[in-house]
Amino acid sequence: MTKEIKIEARAVQVFYGSTHAIKDVDVDIEDKTVTAFIGPSGCGKSTFLRCLNRMNDTIDVARVEGSIKLDSEDIYDPKVDPVQLRAKVGMVFQKPNPFPKSIYDNVAYGPRIHGLSRNKAELDQIVEKALRGAALWDEVKDRLDTPGTGLSGGQQQRLCIARAVATEPEVLLMDEPCSALDPIATGQVEDLIDELKANYSVVIVTHSMQQAARVSQRTAFFHLGNLVEFGDTGQIFTNPKDPRTESYITGRIG
Amino acid sequence: MPLIWLLAAILALALVGYVLGRVRAKAQAKGDIRDLHSLPVYYGTNAALATMVPALLLIVVWLLVQPLIINGQVLSMIPESAIPEGGSLGLVMSDVRRVADGLDIAVEQGAMTVEQAASIRTEFTDVRERLGAVGVALGSNVEPEVLLAAQRYRVLSATGNLMMTIAALLLAVGGFLLALRMTHRDFRARNVVERAVLMLLIGAASIAILTTIGILFSLIFNTVEFFRLYPAAEFFFGSTWAPSFSGRGGGSELGVLPLLWGTLYISIVALAVAVPIGLFAAIYLSEYAPPVVRSVAKPLIEVLAGIPTIVYGLFALLTVGPLLVEVFGEGGFLGVGWMQGGTAVMTAGLVMGIMLIPFVSSLSDDIINAVPQAMRDGSLGLGATPSETIRQVVLPAALPGIVGAILLAASRAIGETMIVVLGAGAAARLSLNPFEAMTTVTAKIVSQLTGDSDFASPEALVAFALGITLFVITLGLNVLALYIVRKYREQYE
Repeated sequence: MTKEIKIEARAVQVFYGSTHAIKDVDVDIEDKTVTAFIGPSGCGKSTFLRCLNRMNDTIDVARVEGSIKLDSEDIYDPKVDPVQLRAKVGMVFQKPNPFPKSIYDNVAYGPRIHGLSRNKAELDQIVEKALRGAALWDEVKDRLDTPGTGLSGGQQQRLCIARAVATEPEVLLMDEPCSALDPIATGQVEDLIDELKANYSVVIVTHSMQQAARVSQRTAFFHLGNLVEFGDTGQIFTNPKDPRTESYITGRIG
Repeated sequence: MPLIWLLAAILALALVGYVLGRVRAKAQAKGDIRDLHSLPVYYGTNAALATMVPALLLIVVWLLVQPLIINGQVLSMIPESAIPEGGSLGLVMSDVRRVADGLDIAVEQGAMTVEQAASIRTEFTDVRERLGAVGVALGSNVEPEVLLAAQRYRVLSATGNLMMTIAALLLAVGGFLLALRMTHRDFRARNVVERAVLMLLIGAASIAILTTIGILFSLIFNTVEFFRLYPAAEFFFGSTWAPSFSGRGGGSELGVLPLLWGTLYISIVALAVAVPIGLFAAIYLSEYAPPVVRSVAKPLIEVLAGIPTIVYGLFALLTVGPLLVEVFGEGGFLGVGWMQGGTAVMTAGLVMGIMLIPFVSSLSDDIINAVPQAMRDGSLGLGATPSETIRQVVLPAALPGIVGAILLAASRAIGETMIVVLGAGAAARLSLNPFEAMTTVTAKIVSQLTGDSDFASPEALVAFALGITLFVITLGLNVLALYIVRKYREQYE
């Protein structure tokens, strides 16, 4: 079963000043699929993820070469507005970063700035749908006007996911979304990712190989800035082609 | 022995104590300093401190107490008759001290022998002339009682000083010997020295606090004195400021309201200039400016804070005032004729606003920078533009700090003097026209105290009441600023 290619990256190079962080990476991200990026710390997987919605633009010394196409349109084309791109390619960060606003305003933030609702009732619906989608609605429905920063770590991260989902992106990038969470919250977020793939293309960076194996259909293994191996998750974990991949998933390097 | 030699002796002994303490500790260790509880340097320091600190404390206390005791003794020697008409005991006492000092100088210069100084009598010698010859000018002829008192004063001082010297030296030697005796392998010299350091730090902190309290009390006492001479209700609620300078007081109207209004009005104009400009500059510098621009522009803006306020005052007087008159004055650019002269609320306010820009921008810049990058990433990652991110996420997160910065700038504006003196004029009036001359509390404090009016008159004492009013206002603003900053700081990790 081949799915439509959502993002097509070819010969991507990233430099931080004089450091060559990403070397010649080719990746195809399929639609309605969870793609996991794994690899040891500092291998460039987060850097590459941030290329996909041009978040690297906010870092002055970062420079990106090569081509990354979203729906066959080059996202680094000067005509492309990075702001619009980021509305289509949402992002959830490693550390939960709710805004210092109420839970409701956190989720309504994206819809408001993009004008996704015509009136308050519609906005209420969007917020409820997003919070339900992030499996948070039942926990917070009675205190939507309390600060989002007052939630627990796992709830905060699900709030951030709800916030990203509310903008109705086409691709959702997640940068180690569970690294600050306990196993129960991690399980909830993983369930959520599984549900999200029905509508979105999800790319997740993770340090946990079990997590990659549990939630993803495709896995890319990065090492020292190179894309070592990219394939179906089952194949990567059971029958890796590259010896480096094998060493990593069996715990010999990392 | 003069004080300086006494101090030198004690310091020298402390130095010897330091060296001996180290040597003794090392000797105890028999070559292996790991046997000691502390490093040898701590034993040395301990000995030096034990020599120096008690002796120096004794000297300080002695120097404070001795004049009080001697004054008490000498005071009883002066009969009622020696106090001249209209004078006071205090004035006679200061004469006594002057004569005593004069005798000291005469002895020092060899104009008198020690015996002469102790035995001369007004009946046989013209003391005033003799002292005048060695450069001590006395206002009137020396009364016999005063001379006797002065001689007694000298004797008591000399005995006191001798006793102090002996006591201090004994204490120093005692501390020296005790510290050396205590220098033992197991003695915790390091902990003792640590305690001394702690005391030093506590001392420094309490000096800062005690000075503030002292200033406050001097304000309060003089203010109470003022309210005894002038009704408080008229001061706080009077709408006319018209001090009379006839000298004897009376007929003055000292209502604070016009001054408070002027202060407030000028501060508001200043903040209306400084807050938007400073805040926008801070936003540009922290959020948009490339590092090169930032590294140049931030210090340049902060240079504004380094300009002395008198220079701002000159700028107001010579440049801004005339410029404003050309625009708003009679026959000016706009032809409105609102402004009569260069000194006005507007002039002082504008210049003060410029002075406050670096305050607002520098503090706000730090606060905006302290908003975690994760907040910006979160917002940008949702497809918000930089300006939406700043308006909806960064500024709300930084708001408490920014409010604090503005309040600090406000208390600075309220306390500013030089710009007002030169830029706003000296007329105390209640008016809404910002192009009229007005004046502030600080400027009036200056003018009330720089005249030649009697220091005990309400016209001079009112300065203290004004000072404490100002102090309470700025203190309130600062406390409010600190409260706001502290209350909301923890919220955003």
